[in-house]
Amino acid sequence: MRPMEWMRKAAPAAALGIAMHGLPASAQTPSGVLVVGQIAEPQALDPAAVTAVNDFRILMNVYDGLVRYKAGTLEVEPALAESWEVSDDGTTYTFDLREGVNFHDGTAFDAEAVKFNFDRMLNEDHPYYDTGPFPLSFFFSAIDEVEVVDDQTVRFQLSEPYAPFLSNLAYPTGLIVSPVAVEQHGQDFGRNPVGTGPFQFVEWRPNEAVVVERNPDYWDGAPALEAVVFRPITDANTRTAEMLAGGIDLMVEVPPVALGQFEGEGFQVVEQAGPHVWFLILNAKEGPFADQRVRQAANYAIDKEALVNDVLEGTAEVAAGPIPPAFAWAHNDAVEPYPHDPERARQLLQEAGAEGAELTFYVTEGGSGMLDPVPMATAIQADLDEVGFDVGIETYEWNTFLGQVNPGLEGKADMAEMAWMTNDPDTLPYLTLRTEAWPENGGFNSGYYSNPEVDRLLEEARTSTSQEERAELYKQVQAIVHEDAPWVFVANWKQNAVVSDRVEGFELEPSFFLLLGDVTKN
Amino acid sequence: MGAYIVKRLISAIPVLLGITVIVFAIMALIPGDPATAILGSYATPENVERLNRDLGLDRPAWQRYFVWLANMLQGEFGRSFRLNRPVIDEVLERFNATLILAGTSFVLCTIFGILAGTVSAARQYGWADKAITFAVLLGISIPSFFLGMMMILIFAVNLQWLPVSGMYAIYGGGDLPDLLWHLIMPATALAVVATGVVARLSRSAMLEVLRQDFIRTARAKGVPERRVIWRHALKAAMVSIIPVLGIQAGFVLSGAVYIEIVFQWPGIGRMLVDAILTRDILLVQGGVVFVAACYVLFNIVVDVAQALLDPRIKT
Repeated sequence: MRPMEWMRKAAPAAALGIAMHGLPASAQTPSGVLVVGQIAEPQALDPAAVTAVNDFRILMNVYDGLVRYKAGTLEVEPALAESWEVSDDGTTYTFDLREGVNFHDGTAFDAEAVKFNFDRMLNEDHPYYDTGPFPLSFFFSAIDEVEVVDDQTVRFQLSEPYAPFLSNLAYPTGLIVSPVAVEQHGQDFGRNPVGTGPFQFVEWRPNEAVVVERNPDYWDGAPALEAVVFRPITDANTRTAEMLAGGIDLMVEVPPVALGQFEGEGFQVVEQAGPHVWFLILNAKEGPFADQRVRQAANYAIDKEALVNDVLEGTAEVAAGPIPPAFAWAHNDAVEPYPHDPERARQLLQEAGAEGAELTFYVTEGGSGMLDPVPMATAIQADLDEVGFDVGIETYEWNTFLGQVNPGLEGKADMAEMAWMTNDPDTLPYLTLRTEAWPENGGFNSGYYSNPEVDRLLEEARTSTSQEERAELYKQVQAIVHEDAPWVFVANWKQNAVVSDRVEGFELEPSFFLLLGDVTKN
Repeated sequence: MGAYIVKRLISAIPVLLGITVIVFAIMALIPGDPATAILGSYATPENVERLNRDLGLDRPAWQRYFVWLANMLQGEFGRSFRLNRPVIDEVLERFNATLILAGTSFVLCTIFGILAGTVSAARQYGWADKAITFAVLLGISIPSFFLGMMMILIFAVNLQWLPVSGMYAIYGGGDLPDLLWHLIMPATALAVVATGVVARLSRSAMLEVLRQDFIRTARAKGVPERRVIWRHALKAAMVSIIPVLGIQAGFVLSGAVYIEIVFQWPGIGRMLVDAILTRDILLVQGGVVFVAACYVLFNIVVDVAQALLDPRIKT
């Protein structure tokens, strides 16, 4: 057959073939099965081994921890542990475990299983330590020993009082895995996860989907959904297109510019502020920002309202200090964000004799929790130039950026973008604002802020066992840090998600975890 | 011919060794390390050091290079830090997906490119030539990722004719029709630019051949025009078209990166981008060496094909 003739015959045949294949593209997802559009392929489904929020979204539905966050808050409540006692000196935690709970592989959850989990992470001689590495095991580095008192009782001996301990247990790193499954799968446990959670693992088709189905025997009531399918769709535009076309029922991390697409019928946009702070580290050791007035001037100069509303399209709120409002119990509502006041900024600059100060500004191209770092930097640069700074931007790829910023800004830059998501009000200030946390001591205080009063308050809050007392101390920290202005406090991110109108009962949690136990879909 | 093939294969060895050195050096020299990438905000010097030790990255670079090379020669590519699975499993799985996508695009651009170029040349300055030249110019000028996004918008979101992304349906898929169904948009988007290039070069190659004496002889003998063009001329022109196809195969393979991202195709291009961003050293190294080896091999095949067509090349 000659080529042209072949074409003439083949084209209608191909069209017919496609037509006869039906319309699988527009076929809706089945009822009772929730398809979630994730931002990436998971690394592994071993809670001790992973660090990404993207993976936590799956893990939180397959495993339980000893404790968990109460719905809608960042306060802990019982989960696999029914109750616990803390010794007066804050170094011994004794947990009473829930009876009759089984892992998805049928083995019993008991005190031995708890001990196995923490020993695996912390003890280099443990036979399954090689199923790691366990990058976040330092969350539990205060643990000296885990002791099995009896089948249903387990005791943690800490080397020193450590107030964030319970909240760290509620973090995915503290989720409990089946020891028998670890023994069976070894290094491949991360691809064959077994927990006690509301859903049990079915299959992982690499780069296509992770499928989990309901655990009918779940101790906290079996979920309404029959199954959940997690699909990795890395490109945000493609994820948006899948949502619009009905290929997925739930989409997380909707790009701000795409939110408008979902305003119509058929979709529901869900938002929730989380324990996230987006800020600028200022180099308080040298250069213009060594002067507190200049640091405050930068806080006054930047129009944070415009940043969150225009650049981030309303997906964040203006931050007031180092502890985000999501930690409701520890947040100081009396501390107000610096208002946008260029006049006041100019005045402060004049007082400090820092007009026309040249600033080097480190900017990242992307990175976890960094929102839209480049457009934000450009807007910030314009605001600062407006009041008389002279800002030069240097942009780096995320890992390179961390390599530049984490060792400290001294001799390199005056300011740098940064963002943190944490699970306890202690974490961020403790790692980034204490004198002891300067980079040479292994901390993240890359701007060399130092205030002995803040140091004292943070130490005290960390060793206190009373939540009221801790709250009071953190509130003082916020007031002092706000005044000292070691950072420009910019934004607290509101996590968002879009669900189709077939989905009901879906809420986002302030922890940024994705909990699907109570969701239904028709 | 056998000696020629052996010679080409031997000459590929230093090329591949050079590639291992380059990819290793790049991964060793770029700032940031896997521990920092894994730990993110929690990358304290202490944590980084401990994790690097657990990952075996505390040894000097030259030692790591030779250990890696020696392991690789024994077929052992190591484990991916990030995915915690053997590099070779991931690479083969991903390369398979890329091969399906790039292979389809390559076939499409070969058929339609040569077809369009030949028709164009046979009807030089006619309306068909003008229309094809215009279409080709348009095709070459549209970036493939943009074309891909527009196709998704039109055919998947608005018309709902085709699936937005992925390689198989999430439910009840997995068979060949399902694969082809998912392949239509990405393969087309990827093929468009290459088709344009092949068409342009085929046209000029054909025009050159059509001016030669043996064509005039064939016409003078009364061979029908169709036969002159599709048999006599095209066969002679293939000698200059085939090397272009070899180069286009490389372009299609590397262009697949964008298309894989836009269409969420689980191919090796996307895997490499992710692996570089997370500093998954062994996965990047293994993946690059594997793709490079395939590319080198493919070029040898192209050269051999050319030598078969044109006896003057064989040495």
